Amino acid sequence: MQFKLTKEQEMVRKMVRSFAENEVKPLAEEVDETERFPWETVEKMARYHMLGTFVPKEYGGAGADEVAYAITVEELSRACGTTGVICSAHSSLCAWPIMKYGTEEQKQKYLVPLAKGEKLGAFGLTEPNAGTDAAGQQTTAELDGDEWIINGSKIFITNGGTAEIYVVMAMTDTTKGTRGISAFIIEKDTPGFTIGKKEKKMGIKGSATTELIFENCRIPKENLLSDIGKGFKVAMTTLDGGRIGIASQALGIAQGALEETIKYTKEREQFGRPLAKFQALQFEMADMETRVQAARHLVYNAAWRKSAGLSYGKEAAMAKLFAAETAMYVATKAVQLHGGYGYTREYPVERMMRDAKITEIYEGTSEVQKMVIAASILK
Amino acid sequence: MKVIVCVKQVPDTNEVKIDPVKGTLIRDGVPSILNPDDANALEEALALKDQYEDVHVTVVTMGPPQADEMLRECLAMGADEAVLLSDRAFAGADTWATSNTIAAAVRKIADYDIIFAGRQAIDGDTAQVGPQLAERINIPQITYVQDFKIEGKEVTVQRQLEDGYEIIKVQTPVLLTAIKELNKPRYMSVKGIYEACKQDIIVWSANDLGVDKSEVGLDASPTKVFRSFTPAPKGKGIMLQGTTKEMVEKLAVSLKQKHII
Amino acid sequence: MAVVILQDKCRGCKLCLKACPFDAIDMVGKLAVINEKCTACGACVEACPFEAIEKQVAEAPKKDLSAYKNVWVFAEQRAGKVMPVAIELLGEGRKLADEIGVELCAIVLGNNIEGLAKELAQYGADKVYIAEHELLETFTTDGYTKVITDAINEIKPEIVLLGATHIGRDLAPRVAARVDTGLTADCTKLEIDPEDKKIKQTRPAFGGNIMATIVCPNHRPQMSTVRPGVMDKAHKDDSKCGEIIKLDVKLTKTDVRTEVLEIIKTVGELVSLTDAEFIVSGGRGIGNADGFKLIKELADKLGGVVGASRATVDAGWIDHSHQVGQTGTTVKPTIYIACGISGAIQHLAGMQSSDVIIAINKNANAPIFDVADYGIVGDLYDVIPQLIQSLDKVDDLVASLKEVAVAK
Repeated sequence: MQFKLTKEQEMVRKMVRSFAENEVKPLAEEVDETERFPWETVEKMARYHMLGTFVPKEYGGAGADEVAYAITVEELSRACGTTGVICSAHSSLCAWPIMKYGTEEQKQKYLVPLAKGEKLGAFGLTEPNAGTDAAGQQTTAELDGDEWIINGSKIFITNGGTAEIYVVMAMTDTTKGTRGISAFIIEKDTPGFTIGKKEKKMGIKGSATTELIFENCRIPKENLLSDIGKGFKVAMTTLDGGRIGIASQALGIAQGALEETIKYTKEREQFGRPLAKFQALQFEMADMETRVQAARHLVYNAAWRKSAGLSYGKEAAMAKLFAAETAMYVATKAVQLHGGYGYTREYPVERMMRDAKITEIYEGTSEVQKMVIAASILK
Repeated sequence: MKVIVCVKQVPDTNEVKIDPVKGTLIRDGVPSILNPDDANALEEALALKDQYEDVHVTVVTMGPPQADEMLRECLAMGADEAVLLSDRAFAGADTWATSNTIAAAVRKIADYDIIFAGRQAIDGDTAQVGPQLAERINIPQITYVQDFKIEGKEVTVQRQLEDGYEIIKVQTPVLLTAIKELNKPRYMSVKGIYEACKQDIIVWSANDLGVDKSEVGLDASPTKVFRSFTPAPKGKGIMLQGTTKEMVEKLAVSLKQKHII
Repeated sequence: MAVVILQDKCRGCKLCLKACPFDAIDMVGKLAVINEKCTACGACVEACPFEAIEKQVAEAPKKDLSAYKNVWVFAEQRAGKVMPVAIELLGEGRKLADEIGVELCAIVLGNNIEGLAKELAQYGADKVYIAEHELLETFTTDGYTKVITDAINEIKPEIVLLGATHIGRDLAPRVAARVDTGLTADCTKLEIDPEDKKIKQTRPAFGGNIMATIVCPNHRPQMSTVRPGVMDKAHKDDSKCGEIIKLDVKLTKTDVRTEVLEIIKTVGELVSLTDAEFIVSGGRGIGNADGFKLIKELADKLGGVVGASRATVDAGWIDHSHQVGQTGTTVKPTIYIACGISGAIQHLAGMQSSDVIIAINKNANAPIFDVADYGIVGDLYDVIPQLIQSLDKVDDLVASLKEVAVAK
C-alpha cells in the first residue's frame, strides 16, 4: 500500500495552491461581500486547464486523474469556497455526465468547450417539490417531431445563469417514476429557457444559485443524454462523483480555517502568552487537524477508486458526509478560537463558517449520504 | 526562433529561518523553487512562443539530479525541452566556473537567437552568471531588462536603472537578464504537468559537454569561500511598555534627549 | 581546495549535517558523506567534534601575481556626476591601500569629464586614470568592458572595486570573465589579511541568512562589487591633487554592439533610500496599499522617505524602488521605523545596520523586535497617529520632564 501522491498530483497541488494564494484569495472577501461571480478567476482557471482536469486531452481536457481534480477543488476552496464550487459543479455535474454518457457528437459539441473552460456548465435536478426525493420530478420532456419540448422549473442550480451548458433531468414518462426520468443537454440561449430568481444565500455568496425555467423550451432530439428513461441513473452516478467534488470543497474549507486558526493563535496573546501555548486550545487544534487528515484520506480514497475504475458510490458518500461535517466542525471551532474577532468579517473564518454549512446540504444532505452508506452495507 | 532560458533551482530564502538558540540555519521544510527572476526570464520566452509560431524554448540548468523537479515545472509552464547539466565535477563552482559550464552547453545547443536568464538567484544574489555567460560565448548582454520587444533580428529593451531606465537596441543573438518588472510569470497548467512528467529530460555530464574537469567546478573557481557564518544578531533593545500614548511619548523623548531628532 | 571527511574519524554524530548551510552532507550508513552541493565553505569543519573533517588547501597560483599592484576604484559617473558609491569606495579603498601599503587609484570613463579627475583626487585618489571617448558618452557594457579590461591588463592593479549599482553589476562580471579572474558580488565588508595582504571579501548570501567571506587566492586582480550605502564616504580635501593619467582609448563603433537610444528618468518616483536619514517602512501589517498614506505621513513628519517590505511590493501596494532588503536596497539611515514588518531575514539584511531601529508590530514575537532598539507592540494605525502627535510636542514633553526633575 502506498500513501503517497504521485509526482503529477504533488505538482498539481503546488500549482493550484500558488494560483489560489495569488489569484483567488485576494478576491475572496470582496466576492463574498458583494455576492459577485468571479468571472476573472473562471477565465484564469480555464487557461490552466482547471476546468477540465479529468477530461482526456482529445476532448480538450488536461488528461489528469480524479485525485488531481479533488486536489484542485480542495486548494481552490482553501482560499475561497465560492471558487471551489464553481469548479466542482462545472466539472463533476456537467462535464462528467457528458463525458460518461454522451455520444461522440455531444462530446465534440459540448464536452470540448466545457473542458477547455470556454463555456461553463451546470446541472439541473432539484425542483421545488423534488429535493432529496429526486423521483418527484415535475419537469417534463415531450417528443414533438425532431424536438423535445421541455416544461417545468429547477431550483438551487449552482452556476445558474453563468453556465452556458446545462444537463437537466425531466420526466419523459410520468407514469414510470424514476424510470421515467431522462437527461438532456440544454444550451443557455434556447428560446423558452430563462433564468429565474437568484438566491440570497448564507455562504458561497459569489457562486450563482438560481432557478431555471422552461416554458415550451424546444431542444433538438439529439440532445437527449443517454437513453430514454436512464436519466435517474445518469443523475445518481453524476452525484456520486459530485460528492467527491463537494467533499474536496469541504476539505479545502476545513484546511483553510485550520490554518487561519494556527496563525491566529500563534500571534494573539492573552494573559501574557500566545493562545497557542494554552493546552486547552492545543487539544482543540489537535482534534481539528486529526479530523481534517481523516477527511482527506476519505476524499482521496474515493477519488482514487473512481480513477482506478473501482466502485466508489459508498466511498464518495462517506467522504462527503465526513468532510462536510469536518468543515462545519473545524470552521465553527475556528470562529470560537478567534473569539470576538472570529465573529467579525475582519477575519476570514467568519466567511469560512458560512461557506462550510452548505457542504452538509447540497448534492445530498448528510442524511442522504447516510442513506447511501446504509443502503450499501445493508443490501 | 530558438530561445534558451537559463534557470536555477534555489531554496526559498524567504522560508529560511535561523535557530534562535544555536544561530544555525533551519533548513527543514524549506522548499526548493524555480528562482524568481528566472521565472520572469522563462515567461518572456514563453510569451514569444504564444506570439509567434516557430519558437522553440529550451531551459538549461546546472545542478544536482534533484533539479529535475524544477525543470519539469518549467516544462509544465510550457517550455519545449529541458537540459540538466549535472556532474560531480561541476560542484562547488563559483560564477566563473558556472558560466564556463553553461557556455559549453550553449555551444553544444549551438542554434539560438536569444538567451534569457534571471538577473540573479536568491541564494547567491550575485547577478554574475548571465553577463559571464554572454562574455564566454561572445554575444552582447543587456541586464535588468524590464521591457522587451523584438522585430526580426532587432531587439529593443528597457534596461532598469536606479532612477529610471534606458532604451537599448541590439541585434540577435543577445543575452538578456530579466527582472520582476518584466512580466508576471504564468503558472504551470494541469495539462502541462501531466505532459511534463512523461517527457525526458536531457542530462549532460562534463564528458558530454567535452569540458576539461579543470575548467569547471570548485577547483576551477578563482574565488573560494574562506569561511561562512551566521550574522551575529544585534543586542536586544528596549520594549516600551504602557499605553500607546505613554509608549510613543517615551520614544519621542528618548530620541530627542539622545539628539537623534 | 575541497572539504573531505576522514572516514576513520567520523562517528556519525550528524552535527556536520546540521551545520551545513547547503544541505551538502548526507548520511550513508553511519558515515557522513559530502555531496555535490558542497561549496567548500568549511562550516562543517568547525562543527565536527572529532576533527574528522578537513579543508584541503590550495594549489599554486597559475600566474605571477607579484606584477599586480595598487587598489583601483571604478569611479562610476552618470551625466558627468560621480555616483555616491564611488566616493564610498574611495573611502574604503583608502583604508585597504594604506593597510597593504600601496596607492589608491580611481579609474573614470566618459566623454568631456576632465573635471571629475580633479574631484576624485580631492577625495583621496593618488592616481586618477581617465578614459575619454565619444563612445563612452553613455555607459555601454561593450565599450566600458573593453576600456577597463585593456587598462587592467596593461597596468595590473591587485584589487579592483566597483559599486554594486545597476551599471557596476552589469560591467564587473563581464570584465572579470574577460581578464580571467574571480569576482565577489555585493560585498558589505572588505578587509586585508594582515599576513598575506590579500583581500577578504564578506557578503551576505542565502537571502542574508549567512555571511560568506570570499578570497581570490590565485588570480589577479581581486575584484569586488560593493553594496552602495554600506561603506563610509571619503572626505573631500581641496588641497589634495593626485596624478592624473589619460588612458589611450582604443575603441571603434563596431566594438559596441548595443545602442542606447534614450535614458529616461522617472523622477518623482525616485526614492533615494540610500541617502535618506530617516526611513519609515511599511510591511504586510499595514493591510492594504492605502496604509502607505499613514506611513508617508510619519515619514513627512520626520523629513524622511518611505520604505517597504518585499511582501508589500509583491502585493503591488507600492513600487519596487521603495523596497528595503536583500533584493531591494540596503539602507543605514539614522532612524529606521519598521511598521507592520515582521522582520523576515531578507528584510533585516537590508536595514539592520541602521543607527536606530524602531519597530511597531502587533505581534510581540515578530523577529523585527530582535534587532529593534525600541519596540512598540501595538496596532500601527493606533500607534503612528499618536507618535506623530508626540513628535509635534516633543519639546514640551522634554521640558516638562526637566521641570519634574528640578522639582525633585
